[in-house]
Amino acid sequence: MDEKKCAGCSSNTTTDPRYQELAQVIEQYRDMEGALIMVLHRAQEIFGYLPEDVQKIVAKELDLPLSEVYGVTTFYSYFSLKPRGKYRIAVCLGTACYVRGAAELVSAIEKELGIKVNDTTEDARFTLEVSRCIGACGLAPVMTINDDVYGRLTPDKIPEILAKYE
Amino acid sequence: MERIKLTIDNKPVEVEAGTTILEAAQKIGVHIPTLCYHPELRLEGACRICVVEVEGLRNLVASCVYPVADNMVVKTNSESVRRARKTVLELLIANHPMDCLVCSRHGECELQDLSRQLGIRQVRFTGGKRDMAVDESSHSIVRDPNKCVLCGRCVRVCAETQAVSAIGVANRGSSSIVTTPFNKGLADGPCVGCGQCINVCPVAALREKDDTERVWGALHDPQAHVVVQVAPAVRAALGEEFGMRPGSLVTGKTVTALRQLGFDQIFDTQFAADLTIIEEGHEFIHRLKNNVNLPLITSCSPGWVGYCERFYPEMLPHVSTCKSPQQMFGVLAKTYYAERANINPANIFSVSVMPCTAKKSEAAREEMQSSGYRDVDAVITTRELASMIREAGIDFANLPDSEFELPMGMSTGAGTIFGVTGGVMEAALRTVAEILDGEELPSLEFQQVRGFAGVREATIRIAGQPVRIAIANGLAHAKRLLDSIKAGEAEYHFIEIMGCPGGCIGGGGQPLSTDPEIRMHRAAALYRQDMLKKVRKSHENPAVKELYRSFLGEPNGEKAHQLLHTHYQARSRY
Amino acid sequence: MGLIRSHVLVCAGTGCVSSGCKMMQEAMQQALERHGLSSEIKVVETGCFGFCKEGPIVMVYPEGTFYCQVKPEDVEELVSEHLLKGRIVERLLYKEPVSERAISLFNDIGFYQKQQRVALRNCGKINPESIEEYIARDGYQALAKAVTQMTPTQVIEMVSESGLRGRGGGGFPAGRKWEFARVAQGDIKYVVCNADEGDPGAFMDRSILEGDPHSVVEAMAIAGYAIGAKQGYVYVRAEYPIAVERLSIAIKQARELGLLGKNIFGSGFDFDLGIRLGAGAFVCGEETALLTSIEGHRGTPRPRPPYPAVKGLWGKPTLINNVETFANIPVIILHGPAKFKSIGTDTSPGTKVFALAGNINNTGLVEVPMGTTLREIVYDIGGGIPGGKAFKACQTGGPSGGCLPAELLDTPVDYDSLTAAGSMMGSGGLIVMDEDNCMVDVARFFLEFTQDESCGKCVPCREGTKRMLEILERITNGEGVAGDIELLEELAEVISRTSLCGLGQTAPNPVLATLKFFRDEYEAHIYEKRCPAGVCQALLSYAIVAEKCKGCGLCKKVCPVDAISGDLRQPHTIDKDKCIKCGACVAKCPFKAISR
Repeated sequence: MDEKKCAGCSSNTTTDPRYQELAQVIEQYRDMEGALIMVLHRAQEIFGYLPEDVQKIVAKELDLPLSEVYGVTTFYSYFSLKPRGKYRIAVCLGTACYVRGAAELVSAIEKELGIKVNDTTEDARFTLEVSRCIGACGLAPVMTINDDVYGRLTPDKIPEILAKYE
Repeated sequence: MERIKLTIDNKPVEVEAGTTILEAAQKIGVHIPTLCYHPELRLEGACRICVVEVEGLRNLVASCVYPVADNMVVKTNSESVRRARKTVLELLIANHPMDCLVCSRHGECELQDLSRQLGIRQVRFTGGKRDMAVDESSHSIVRDPNKCVLCGRCVRVCAETQAVSAIGVANRGSSSIVTTPFNKGLADGPCVGCGQCINVCPVAALREKDDTERVWGALHDPQAHVVVQVAPAVRAALGEEFGMRPGSLVTGKTVTALRQLGFDQIFDTQFAADLTIIEEGHEFIHRLKNNVNLPLITSCSPGWVGYCERFYPEMLPHVSTCKSPQQMFGVLAKTYYAERANINPANIFSVSVMPCTAKKSEAAREEMQSSGYRDVDAVITTRELASMIREAGIDFANLPDSEFELPMGMSTGAGTIFGVTGGVMEAALRTVAEILDGEELPSLEFQQVRGFAGVREATIRIAGQPVRIAIANGLAHAKRLLDSIKAGEAEYHFIEIMGCPGGCIGGGGQPLSTDPEIRMHRAAALYRQDMLKKVRKSHENPAVKELYRSFLGEPNGEKAHQLLHTHYQARSRY
Repeated sequence: MGLIRSHVLVCAGTGCVSSGCKMMQEAMQQALERHGLSSEIKVVETGCFGFCKEGPIVMVYPEGTFYCQVKPEDVEELVSEHLLKGRIVERLLYKEPVSERAISLFNDIGFYQKQQRVALRNCGKINPESIEEYIARDGYQALAKAVTQMTPTQVIEMVSESGLRGRGGGGFPAGRKWEFARVAQGDIKYVVCNADEGDPGAFMDRSILEGDPHSVVEAMAIAGYAIGAKQGYVYVRAEYPIAVERLSIAIKQARELGLLGKNIFGSGFDFDLGIRLGAGAFVCGEETALLTSIEGHRGTPRPRPPYPAVKGLWGKPTLINNVETFANIPVIILHGPAKFKSIGTDTSPGTKVFALAGNINNTGLVEVPMGTTLREIVYDIGGGIPGGKAFKACQTGGPSGGCLPAELLDTPVDYDSLTAAGSMMGSGGLIVMDEDNCMVDVARFFLEFTQDESCGKCVPCREGTKRMLEILERITNGEGVAGDIELLEELAEVISRTSLCGLGQTAPNPVLATLKFFRDEYEAHIYEKRCPAGVCQALLSYAIVAEKCKGCGLCKKVCPVDAISGDLRQPHTIDKDKCIKCGACVAKCPFKAISR
């Protein structure tokens, strides 16, 4: 995917291939009962988050009130309404990670990147999130950066790990 | 049906299986406090104010949703019920601004009532409260999320009764709010301004846009010539605001009160309703004869018109081009009346008193200035008029009666019944049938169109021809009707649609209540007044006849078209 | 293909994937090729072995040698020594924490000795992406037996007879649930698998789906047959991508072999499965909320009754069980209830899988017979507390559960004993806390979780947990006042008795349980403005103990705000006004000379 282009400003629905993909996804799920959440998952995969116009398209095509779609996207923490960075850092705040010092990891990352939880760095490189237990408790404390998992972390390992992501 | 025997507070009660504890308790006069419960809406069981103790269960149960069972022993006032109920209410109040003294719902607030009833004397929780912007984008409705108790009644009424879903619950947990998509203004979404949400809101989180200050301003302005029109449904409900029995007809007192408030001319929207029947009747006859754009659908209800524009734009050609009575009146006040009274229309301030919040938005529509001025300057609801009467210290219940001014205060029984579902249809049939049959109707009551069912249909024989008609009240019912037409399952010639349940008498600007029984009393009052009227057919209103003769010319003629007809546009609901 | 002489099992569970097993496995393939062994030695990706702490894990069969923490650079030696020359690589074996004794055989390791694997029977033993391997271990035989030899009633009788109780937390007898769904009137019925494992610190369902997805597929088909459902759904967390993928593969494979679809085993029974993804809402683990979510809405619970068995998904009778419950079903059907009941206790037969985590040596997934004591789990299997620290509490039941203190370590783990002790079974998270964990802070942590995960529908949970959290935050911030404990207790009582669903009803448990066993810690925070465990920042006051300080200056260097001063080899001091209580100095001091 072309990362240079800001996802928020290229919402030309006729030429942008992502909207064509969205249309295909909706077609695929249209007749499924209770399709909304599955469609939103796919839409978020395509766009990286759920922009307003995407939610409107989904509402319109599935013939649902927009208020219902918005109610769903704001209910589930997996859905993001804000654009996110190229790399999404998620620090696990499950119990095991918490008792092993995950909160200190969060502070260390906040300090390193100069952002708070749920924010994105100005260069759109990192988004910092906290997550519910990802089930890697054996390696607590744990964080993920996109699909990479880092376990047995201590705050002093943070700068080195983040430096790996350009 | 299976019968269930149980005891509630040591009183035996026998009910049908499937009854809830709350319903069973109501049956034997045991009062259980409720908040999110609303008899007209889907059950939620969310607020937990109505919890009761059921012997054998560890937890308390929400009586509004819990079904009765044989030999169940229920306690509605045990120690733990009382404590739980009070703590739950205390928790709700702790996240509420508690600005009762300056609140528009002071004195008629369910939260206040509950607090008084349960004897809440302290709030021990001092933490954070919601702090959100008040949404004043709509001409009709103000949304104040800070006062919201999240009972969800507005969300349900908007979705279930009105099929609009302009608002919903967003976020979760303690961040949950009732809001519009993306927290935009109500005006940016599909809201049609019907105000049913206000009627079910237990607090002041939803309220009408208050226009009373603008009206006071005009009344106090010596330059302004303030004319007022009063919609039919107002006179069947205003008395309730002053402790009078539902169904009290207070036409004369309303006129007296308006005069005491200082309005210069007090007119009747019913005059314009009669005029609407002439215009719309001729429009119908024209469409029927030429078989174009049938069915014709009425356009008096701005909630319905707004709904059609947003949800059924393909049906817009069917909607009558006639303006609503309010807007017909508005344009005539600044043309016909101004000419006759020799007043500069620029100095006329035209007020309407409506049972409706959507009328505020209707008056503000861009095109509603055919007189060359804003046709209607301010719209106040029945409730707002009541608050003005209270503020002026007028003892409404004991006022003597007085009469509307002429000529625009003259009306017929047909104009009166505009305020109730089926009334516009009945009024139109009285006129259309006589015109087409060419002879006087033996009976004026069209019982087939009366009643409160969501959708009603009938076939009336006019001039030997069967005319298929349908009536819908409440937008969810309108949706059902329109969908059946679109699916080819039904065919009609003429349809009346009212946005609110029961028609205008159940409007979003009426004294707060969504009790169907109260709506029936209000309707009965209007039908009573119709019976008492000497003239009961719009085309026989002498003032309307005079209007055509001296000012408008022919019904549906050029001038009538220019002043009394309008156009619609498809609008996005997203 | 020649004769395979050895199988190398590589764990590909989430834990080992995080530890880098993929790179190690690639190195393994390359090394095998280099040595010309690819045709005789087969590398198999398996599900979770449970011993996540020691990952990446490699097992070599037929010897059964257990290697742990195998890195790509270790692979060459492992291949050339063990696989080529048959010599065990001592340094990659597991070493007992105390004796440092290296152990080569899986079953000799303390971590596995007391375990008994029923639900996890295939995890780590088969390739979860191969239906043939599942079938080779008696897979789908239970389904065949059920649909060809048994009536639905007989299936349910067998489940009832086994005494199996719901492993998702409540412990409701599975047989009764199945019977309710069977007798419910309805032309259409559904079977739903709750794989929305949300308790922080619990990952047994994920491991089963990753390691043995067919066991769930098979069990759901059996359930469908028993209650008269033709369609099932697995509601699984989107946060478990590997589980979702393996489950999808399993469903596809089962369809291809006719084990799902029309006329299964020629019996005329039709059944198919669909996957629905959760989207990050803990409350969707509550069964009515889960159904609402499958229907595509905000996952808010509905009032019960009516129960899902009567009116569930899209208003139809629906059976919901969780992953671990389902995983037990094929074993019960195939080997009979008596064998199942021979494990565990009278009221809680069978085994329970626990996710062992927190401050404990052996973290990972363990499956033990019901009735095993907490002490056995923590010390014999878990290997005790690291760093010689003292055990303080053991948290079970996740955000709905409680913390049990050292005095209750001999509590047997079964539904009733844990509840009686003041905690609950829950889905099986077991988190160990040591002397450095503040119990007020732990309670605050759980309340933060539940109040964030509250759906917001009912008032006591939405508003009540918020206020409880605020009070706890005040206490941990040193602003607690007299009366706070009593207010917490009163709120807890009302929230648990009036909330709409299980989330709210159990949300106050962590507070009640910590108050029950660690009330003194609350009192220390409120009245003495002191955090005995040294966790609550606002209550800490850092000071250097002069007698212990050697004046090395390390603390001075590491202090981010220059709050430490002192000359070399002289005791240092901390300027309390400057100190931001970050704890960097404590972490750095080699002499434990800094108190807080």
